[in-house]
Amino acid sequence: MREVPVSEIKKAVKELIIEANYKIPEDALRAYEEALKKEQSPLGKEVLQQIIENAKIAREQGLPYCQDTGIDVVFIFLGQDVRVTGGSIEEAVNEAVREATKEGYLRASVVWDPVFERKNTGDNTPAIIHYEVVPGDKIKIVVAPKGAGSENTSRLAMLKPADGWEGVKKFVVETVKQAGPNACPPFTVGVGIGGNFEYCAYLAKKALLRPVGQRHENPLIARVEEELLEEVNKVGWGPMGFGGLVTAVDVKVEMYPCHIASLPVAVNIQCHANRHAQREI
Amino acid sequence: MVKRISTPLSDEVVESLRAGDKVLITGYIYTARDAAHKRMVEALRRGEELPFDVKGQIIYYAGPTPPKPGMVIGSVGPTTAIRMDPYVEPLLKLGLKGMIGKGYRSEKVKELLKKYKAVYFAAVGGVATLLQRHVKKVELVAYEDLGTEAIRRLWVEDFPVIVANDAFGGDVFEEGRTRYARI
Ligand code: SF4
Repeated sequence: MREVPVSEIKKAVKELIIEANYKIPEDALRAYEEALKKEQSPLGKEVLQQIIENAKIAREQGLPYCQDTGIDVVFIFLGQDVRVTGGSIEEAVNEAVREATKEGYLRASVVWDPVFERKNTGDNTPAIIHYEVVPGDKIKIVVAPKGAGSENTSRLAMLKPADGWEGVKKFVVETVKQAGPNACPPFTVGVGIGGNFEYCAYLAKKALLRPVGQRHENPLIARVEEELLEEVNKVGWGPMGFGGLVTAVDVKVEMYPCHIASLPVAVNIQCHANRHAQREI
Repeated sequence: MVKRISTPLSDEVVESLRAGDKVLITGYIYTARDAAHKRMVEALRRGEELPFDVKGQIIYYAGPTPPKPGMVIGSVGPTTAIRMDPYVEPLLKLGLKGMIGKGYRSEKVKELLKKYKAVYFAAVGGVATLLQRHVKKVELVAYEDLGTEAIRRLWVEDFPVIVANDAFGGDVFEEGRTRYARI
């Protein structure tokens, strides 16, 4: 058993939160540069130019790319041959959120309770933490802060098996159409197909962790991604919804087996602030 | 073509703007988002005054990040406007002339813009560091306890926006999407 002190997880999460907020990943930035070449709409082009310039300012000056620095979504892929010592992982992650929010000058955007008082927790805690146990003796941590503008437009449907591929496509396109200008396009669309109610949503989110522009290694899923990308770009919203060809720069899909009577589909809309950062310990 | 306007806005200026126009705003604008709107409208319901006179003014739907030392404000891009739709009419009634946000508005708000001669501007969502550069001064106006959601008065220079909904029913999102939709 390899031992990893929990303080290392805290340090990594803290640094990754700040990094994710200041530096939009290269793959996303390249996708916006490509989009600028493709886009025909004059307003759409201007939006893309602003997006690219904004990314550069944020990187160079160490400022949050977007003022909605989001709720911190933290994925922990825990190697089964690792023993974490010295405290609770959950507490370490939340302490990391607290420190990153303060020292990184990020916005506290989390409230408790969700319905009645909605009082700001003041330090952006708690994080949403997803754990997966994986083979090996490493811990991979991925941090993906998520703003509400795009998260609020995400949807899930329990389709009937008879709805088939046409039903899936229609639901994805409808979701992108409804999201539109409110969710800050150009999007990267995360889609989960199969599994069950909650797993499907998780897959849609997890699909977004793969680099923009990279096709799925499974040829069936790769084909689905390509066709969906083409379909959602027929919607015509364009950058920021002012009309245009590039509504989404990519669609990422994950699939999983499901029950004979089910066809769950989840669509997680990712705005152009496609922030994620990762590290292996 | 880019139009330059300054606040406060007169009816003439509002009427000169059309959906799709690129506009640079100079002058004072006020930040307020969900929680501040709720408080303002509740105050009006109780017969109290608003923390600032909205006549001729522009409200910016935004909640900035905290400023780093030496900066006047942190990153400050627009938030989704439609969440403020239920609060718009009482403010327009008192003379509010403009709103800045991102995304589309309800049919109801589009009607209200015509009725009260007002305009809704869209800023590019998410380009918050770029927009922050146009903010030169910041003062706290009210509701400090709301943190990022407090009302702040910003002095902005050449703040870049697009007229999304004008006072004549024009809608940049509808017009834009129709032009490029292929389904
Ligand atoms: S939807 Fe994304 S880019 Fe737009 S304001 Fe929210 S976090 Fe920022």
